[in-house]
Amino acid sequence: MRDSSLNRAVEWPYPVNYGRENEVDADILILGGGVAGCHAAINAAKRGAKVTVVEKGAVIRSGSGGAGVDHWHGALTNPCSRITPEEMMELIKKSNAEYLFSEYGNGITSYILFQESYDALLDVEKWGIPVRDVNDEFAGAEFIDENSKLMFAYDYDNRHIIRVNGGSGIKVAMHKEMKRLGVKIYDRVMATSLLTEGGKQRSRVIGATGLHTRTGEFYVFKAKAAILCTNAPIGIWIFSTELAGSAGTVTNADPNNSGEGTAMAWQAGAELALMERSATSFASGGFAYPAFGTGNAHDTWYACTIVDANGKEIPWVDRDGKVLKAVSERYHPAPGQRVFFQGRRGAYEFWGPSLIPDLPERIMKGEYVLPLYADLPSMPEHERRAIWGLMVGNEGKTRILYHTYQQAGFDPDKDMLQVNVMPPDQYGFYPWWTSYGPRQWRGGFLGGGLVFDWDLKTNLEGLYVAGETTYVGGDHAVAATTGRYAARKAVVYTQTAREVPVNKKQVEREKERVYAPVRRTEGIGWRELRAGLARIMQDYCGEYKNEETLNMGLRWLDSIRESEVSRVCARNPHELMRAVECLTRLTVGEIIMQASLARKASSRFLGLNRLDYPVVDPPGWKKLVTLRLENEDIKVGERPVDYYLQPPNASSYAENYRQHCGL
Amino acid sequence: MYSKAYMVPNPMTPNQAIFVDEKLCTGCNTCVDVCRTDVLLPNLEEGRAPIVMYPDECWFCGCCAEHCPMPGAIRMEYPLNQRVGWKRKETGEYFRIGMKNPPPPNTRPPVGEAEVH
Repeated sequence: MRDSSLNRAVEWPYPVNYGRENEVDADILILGGGVAGCHAAINAAKRGAKVTVVEKGAVIRSGSGGAGVDHWHGALTNPCSRITPEEMMELIKKSNAEYLFSEYGNGITSYILFQESYDALLDVEKWGIPVRDVNDEFAGAEFIDENSKLMFAYDYDNRHIIRVNGGSGIKVAMHKEMKRLGVKIYDRVMATSLLTEGGKQRSRVIGATGLHTRTGEFYVFKAKAAILCTNAPIGIWIFSTELAGSAGTVTNADPNNSGEGTAMAWQAGAELALMERSATSFASGGFAYPAFGTGNAHDTWYACTIVDANGKEIPWVDRDGKVLKAVSERYHPAPGQRVFFQGRRGAYEFWGPSLIPDLPERIMKGEYVLPLYADLPSMPEHERRAIWGLMVGNEGKTRILYHTYQQAGFDPDKDMLQVNVMPPDQYGFYPWWTSYGPRQWRGGFLGGGLVFDWDLKTNLEGLYVAGETTYVGGDHAVAATTGRYAARKAVVYTQTAREVPVNKKQVEREKERVYAPVRRTEGIGWRELRAGLARIMQDYCGEYKNEETLNMGLRWLDSIRESEVSRVCARNPHELMRAVECLTRLTVGEIIMQASLARKASSRFLGLNRLDYPVVDPPGWKKLVTLRLENEDIKVGERPVDYYLQPPNASSYAENYRQHCGL
Repeated sequence: MYSKAYMVPNPMTPNQAIFVDEKLCTGCNTCVDVCRTDVLLPNLEEGRAPIVMYPDECWFCGCCAEHCPMPGAIRMEYPLNQRVGWKRKETGEYFRIGMKNPPPPNTRPPVGEAEVH
């Protein structure tokens, strides 16, 4: 082993039993105990199903939403919302805004979100999260409804996004509810593969295998149906231990998200789409600062006043460039505008208030002097407290930020938090806190993953999907709503599903694969393998691609599989988990390269720059390119982007939802 | 000055991430139980502070500190490469996390302090 730093032998603190088999039976098996998995588990258990959750970390806090959430999207059925689900479907389609619904978005998960987001939030309230302004801290604020005490973010007229009081404790509350309902939780178990009827690819999914990350024991989970609630793969392009967050995933995605869900579904024959989609993203990492932990004007920090080094205020403007003088003007649509979405994304009709769009040029000319600061002291008291105490105080990974900064003496009543210092052009991008540094061309919210139908069922019988592993991805509220919906559908399926025995050969094959790194006594460590894979992705599947680079990348990955993969070794169950993750990352890298090859066109929406097909979004390519494995061959197919409104589906969202929602 | 020197391998990461105060820690391992990436491993000696074994895998989510039942026994620190600073508006003084002689702590709690214990 080249890495000598751990050669000082200290006994592993947990009993180690590599290969010892544990068999678990359930009606419904939930893979991944994050936000989607918890909502799915609770909803399935409430309907009487015997539920098992498999989680690589610990359900009490794991997943990208494990440390909290500050605001809840799509709450259109709340009593104060001025937009209905039907109207919102029309609006987001017209807006074509990336985050909400680009032309490659999915109407199924959007419609489910809009119908059930507020119900999911009411569930969370029942499980013990205050949600509303229960202590009357914000009485009289412009963003509060005095009757319901619901608090809203961004658009104070339309009131469809809710600020969540106490959102930081959301996983703790869900964990408690799951235990109350008798859900069986297997923490520290990494799901490694799907089990199928007869051990065959493209057959019904009847369970999964798992590896205990502390003891090295093996798990065979048998179930009538499985719901894939894992996250989309991250950290495929970046691996740096110098930068905080291990994988360079300093922002919104749990570093355990190596892509097992995507990879195991792929091996079982699931249909994937948008794996070629890439963009510098939320999880861009690199030189990033603590998420939401530097001065900002976006998202959690909306709509903070920003000043330059000399205290000169940077104006906020409406969509037409008209300066908005009062702070309160930043929270309303322009005169005559139906609704705004944050920033200037998508169609002009929906552009929201923003800082002057030519800020980069004006910094270059010397009109504004770096560094910039978030001028919290100048904000009205309710807005200041909402940004710092309510939003930063509860968003994922920022409760600790609140405590750490306060402990260091930061006082939002007196202090202006510095904004990242970056090259001027970066101040034109959004959001600032992740804008600059080594790029990761894929990440949280961007999607790429499993294709599904109006039952949130995949092309494999018995396999349902929720949250980020769907090909469109989503945020906290999307994970919550698709989790509860998928649970309803899976429960119905299990009521008539046959019991099928596990194929022993399939289990043995998987054990052979998973334990290979602990059978070796010398070789390379997982970290070298992971770093190497990330470099291959940067080199051959980076911002600009062509057939030659992609094929060369595939050749490199194939060669690494033959050589380094058969030499990777692990000295304890934790290292074994990370080594197996590298095998996952290799498979994910191959899928991304194959998907990038299959779309023979550049696309602005998909962030795909093909040097050999430079025409951007040419007619004929506005479609989903799908990939699936058939034996060892990759089958490329296609679907219309709105397949969910095409036959055999009904032609309207409402009718499809009525037929399928199970309510 | 010490006269002895040791051969010590370079750490895997420059970041310390988690500090455990051995005097305050009761060795209850709550932090070990909530950490998503097993940054912390239990001490082989029962009742002693856990070992910060994999700081390079820390996500800086802060849940270990949030759940610790002993105030001050565990703290999460943003590493130096995350360089956070602010300016006091009235006086123009500049502060940063980790500075010598910091201003006194601000004790106002966040909205909706969660019951985690």
